[in-house]
Amino acid sequence: METRVLEIRKNILNKNDELARALRGRFQAAGTLVLNLVSSPGTGKTELLQLTLRELLGRGLRVAALVGDLETDNDARRLAASGAPVRQITTHGCCHLDAAMIERNLTDWSLKELDVLFIENVGNLVCPANYDLGEAVRVVLLSVTEGEDKPLKYPGIFNSSDVALVTKIDLAGPCEFDRSKAITNLHEVRPDMRIFELSSRTGAGIADWLDYITDLQRHAAHTRDSSPFPFRDDDMGAN
Amino acid sequence: MHELSIVYSIVQTVTAALESDIGCQTQRVRSIRLQVGALAGVTIDALLFSYDLATEGTALAGSRLEIEKLPVEVYCPACDAIGTLDGIQSFRCPTCGTLTGDIRQGRELEIVSVEFDDLATAPPTAPALASH
Repeated sequence: METRVLEIRKNILNKNDELARALRGRFQAAGTLVLNLVSSPGTGKTELLQLTLRELLGRGLRVAALVGDLETDNDARRLAASGAPVRQITTHGCCHLDAAMIERNLTDWSLKELDVLFIENVGNLVCPANYDLGEAVRVVLLSVTEGEDKPLKYPGIFNSSDVALVTKIDLAGPCEFDRSKAITNLHEVRPDMRIFELSSRTGAGIADWLDYITDLQRHAAHTRDSSPFPFRDDDMGAN
Repeated sequence: MHELSIVYSIVQTVTAALESDIGCQTQRVRSIRLQVGALAGVTIDALLFSYDLATEGTALAGSRLEIEKLPVEVYCPACDAIGTLDGIQSFRCPTCGTLTGDIRQGRELEIVSVEFDDLATAPPTAPALASH
């Protein structure tokens, strides 16, 4: 009997990464800008998304959303009130969305008729960091009620995100939220991170966020043949 | 807590690799080598905890999971050099302190190799077989 060693050299999440790459190709070919929203539970993802969908529809953009939750379709029902097509992905206990779930739930949607697709991930600051969904931009939400040290406690997900939204800034005062410390911490774990500070309730900062999406979408529409977001491919594709 | 599903993927990948490389299933796996980057987002203890459970009844049952932890390495444009970070809470060049997001290592979650007993090369145990 012989003891042998077989080299494998394979990324464990290879299957997900390959699927995500194929999805990214489809999104780019169709000119659909895809944003993956991640955060802990209760940062106001659904509230912000509801407002964002409504406002972007008002600007003439064709938008839709996929919403991940462990159980219930409450979020999808809230979001559908915006008038945009919304589909709930119930993960039944699974702590993150993966590329296969996205692919399955896109089946009868025509990407060519969508300018912007939002994916609201399961509220969790750990597992979604590992799963590429083919998005162009990963957006992490940090609410002022959570405290300014969240980026240091969950560096993995903040590092994997391209944009941070500091939400519920209307509550910053009562929460004694240290704004500059939060921004320093965000840049400490993701040095080139783009940061928006906003409130879905008062509307503060919302226009900048909407302008950002509109600009990105327009940029994507003009560069359909090549990757408009090479930084994402570098980021995730290297693994 | 998605370590259990990660271990299931390990079992699938290793089993498939052994089958396609050797073409049969007459192996006993001794150990699996993994590389886990500091930014891979998995807990080593949880991986080890899930391993025995997930390998039960497979070719990997009773094998060892050997994990090599990889720290984050970043490229610093100011120093034009790659440096190793102590942790994952501050992405600064360890030499000059410049913030840098240019990650060169640390996201790995990779099966490096599998060590196994190749039972196909075992000498015949029954004398009847040898004399035939």
